[in-house]
Amino acid sequence: MRDVAVIGAGMTKFVRRAQETPKELAFHAARMALDSCGLDIKDIDCVIHGTAPDAFDGMHMKGEYLLDGSGGFGKPYLRCYVGGGTGVFAPICAWYHLASGKFDTALVVCEEKMSSCQPHPQAAFISIFDHTTERPLLPNLLWIFALEQQRYMARYGLTVRDIAPVSVKNKRNALDHPCAQLGADLTVDDILASPLVAWPVHRLMVSPTSDGAAAVVMAAEPKAQRISDQPVWMQGVGWCLASSYWTNRDLYYPAYVEQAAWMAYKMAGVTEPRKQINIAEPYDPFAYKELHHLEGLQLAPKGKAPELLAQGVFNRDGDLPACPSGGLLGVGNPIAAAGMMKICELFWQMRGEAGKRQVPGTPERGVAQAWGDLMQVGTVTVMGTKKPHG
Amino acid sequence: MHGEGRKGNLALFSNLWAEGLAASMATAPRVAIIGVGRTPARGRTGDLSYRELIYDAAVRAYADAGIAHTEVDVFVSCAEDMIEGTSICDEYTPDQLGAVMKPVHTITGDGILGLATGVMQIQSGVAEICAVEARSKASNVLTLPAIHQYALDPVWERHIDAHPLFLAGLEMQYLLSREGPTDRDCAEVVVNNRRHGLRNPWAPYGANLTLDEVLASPPVADPLKALEVAPYSDGAAVIVLASESRTAHTPHAPVWVRGTGWASDSPTVATRDWDTPRAAQLAARMALDESGVALDTLDVIEVDDTYAYKQLQHLDAVGLGSSHGAVNRSGGALSLGNLLEASGAYRVCELVDQLRGRAEGRQVLDARRGLALSWRGLPTTSYACCILEAA
Repeated sequence: MRDVAVIGAGMTKFVRRAQETPKELAFHAARMALDSCGLDIKDIDCVIHGTAPDAFDGMHMKGEYLLDGSGGFGKPYLRCYVGGGTGVFAPICAWYHLASGKFDTALVVCEEKMSSCQPHPQAAFISIFDHTTERPLLPNLLWIFALEQQRYMARYGLTVRDIAPVSVKNKRNALDHPCAQLGADLTVDDILASPLVAWPVHRLMVSPTSDGAAAVVMAAEPKAQRISDQPVWMQGVGWCLASSYWTNRDLYYPAYVEQAAWMAYKMAGVTEPRKQINIAEPYDPFAYKELHHLEGLQLAPKGKAPELLAQGVFNRDGDLPACPSGGLLGVGNPIAAAGMMKICELFWQMRGEAGKRQVPGTPERGVAQAWGDLMQVGTVTVMGTKKPHG
Repeated sequence: MHGEGRKGNLALFSNLWAEGLAASMATAPRVAIIGVGRTPARGRTGDLSYRELIYDAAVRAYADAGIAHTEVDVFVSCAEDMIEGTSICDEYTPDQLGAVMKPVHTITGDGILGLATGVMQIQSGVAEICAVEARSKASNVLTLPAIHQYALDPVWERHIDAHPLFLAGLEMQYLLSREGPTDRDCAEVVVNNRRHGLRNPWAPYGANLTLDEVLASPPVADPLKALEVAPYSDGAAVIVLASESRTAHTPHAPVWVRGTGWASDSPTVATRDWDTPRAAQLAARMALDESGVALDTLDVIEVDDTYAYKQLQHLDAVGLGSSHGAVNRSGGALSLGNLLEASGAYRVCELVDQLRGRAEGRQVLDARRGLALSWRGLPTTSYACCILEAA
């Protein structure tokens, strides 16, 4: 196993309707990531692409469609996906391309253009459900996540008011992100006054649909140190997929996120996550998901994340800043690109390059996580300033 | 001019790989195939769902490897949403593979690319045993040509509104117009492959055809004829990979993965190289360089023959000329059918049978080394290649 680092990052602005084609969005992010570390596409050995459903774009073999925009032309190119977990998985995929010894440098691009799907991309999600047992019920994501939030609240006696501050925090953090779609200064009352989309989920507790792309450049030792004087190391990676039969699992706790987290922590030598992780980018497509995932990531005891949230622990200047980027709720949610945005955020934070979003006392180790499929997959990356194997 | 520029690029890439790989792969841990399982390819499998097909292949593969599913550390699945009729279809991979609550991910790529993915995971140290799954349930898809249309660029290409086979017709026409294979050479591929298919119990389309019968079959996209197109098949295949340390007590001798390679050319029809399938060349060279295996020591070769002319084009790209030695002894896609993402996985299964000396009526005598090359089909330029060697 060779050590692998992120050495460059870039992302487009996340917007409601981008003028650019998906290829162009991918190109912009890839170009920015390469420029940020002074490399050109000829320096890249392999390209990894992450993007979620083909149904948004109405493109079959969307990976192939995006390959020239992503710099995959004439190179080993691979598209990987695990639904919503893709954005954090793509760098994991690149990690094993490099750690295996097969390649020295990789460009990782995640892109999503949801606005092509008319009238609303939510309609495309009907096709994620089981064709026989679930689709006839015409479910959508809001319903099933409302079910999960309700189960979480019922298990611990929580109210919507305990969860709403996640939206306040993340949207406020996003005001400092130049690529953010939905930065806002709001109160808990504003959140609760927003329309109820599926009880107990209010509109301002849901991430928006977005267009955008994000990319990183990764390199294995010793090339990583030769190219960059500030590589941010991939210290641990983990991923885990639970059963397709989501109706058979207790939704109060994401056990698959825990499993993925321990896989990554073990690799990173993290035994006490709450002490050894300085900064977290948990996946927050819905407000409750951030809390759910902080618990799955072992960064809060089960059922206690809302309490820690209320104490300010997860604020940007708190003990354990969570989603200092502004998260999906604030920066936006072009699915795979949103997960990759979290990897970019850890990269910038650990290099002290996060500008107004910089958390106090430059963090040494952070965790990024994404989630997806039928409330089913956890993808976890531990990144840090220290090279894992000395 | 244009052509020269491209050849220049190819040289550049191959140097890069030759140097980089020689340096880094010297110490890379060895990875072997310890088990394979596939379902018989069939035109229709109305009695089985795709999940049942995968289950069947997985049970066969784990038994072949002498392991329980619980011993598998990581899983890779090869699938495309629109073929499956399910968005983010990776959701439905774990249960039938015995992969629940394990690291599982999907790639949109051929089974050979899945194999390469598994090899890298084992070499990175994250796993000792990896199961790679790929399947085709083409018979479920009512509108395959329409779906292939959706792979064309929505702005520049899709409005041509032609059956996607027109691209194959164009390419074959171009190939025939240059010095190289003739119409008869292409038809001969069909005759040979389908005759081989008669000896392959996994292949549904084996047949005794004459050259005249092939040449007389109706054109589907002139000059491509109906009998020169592989019909679609259903099937699932699972390949079990293991690190060297886990190959000691397996029921069969391990088959070593000596090299893997993959590459894509331009996705846009107008800007790709029509002279040679450049990506096939890149993929094969990458795998060959990594393996250190010389072309003339290959005993068995399984290359994509989705359209008969493609086999000739691909052999040429790999550097095997129009060798008709032990090429596509399985009967190829022309006999097995077009198995979509599983195509490459079936080629790997065939090589494993051959290298283990268990290919029965189609066995190539003393087969030691094999090469498999897959193409993802129209309208892509994506290729994956692997070199396998008997223990």
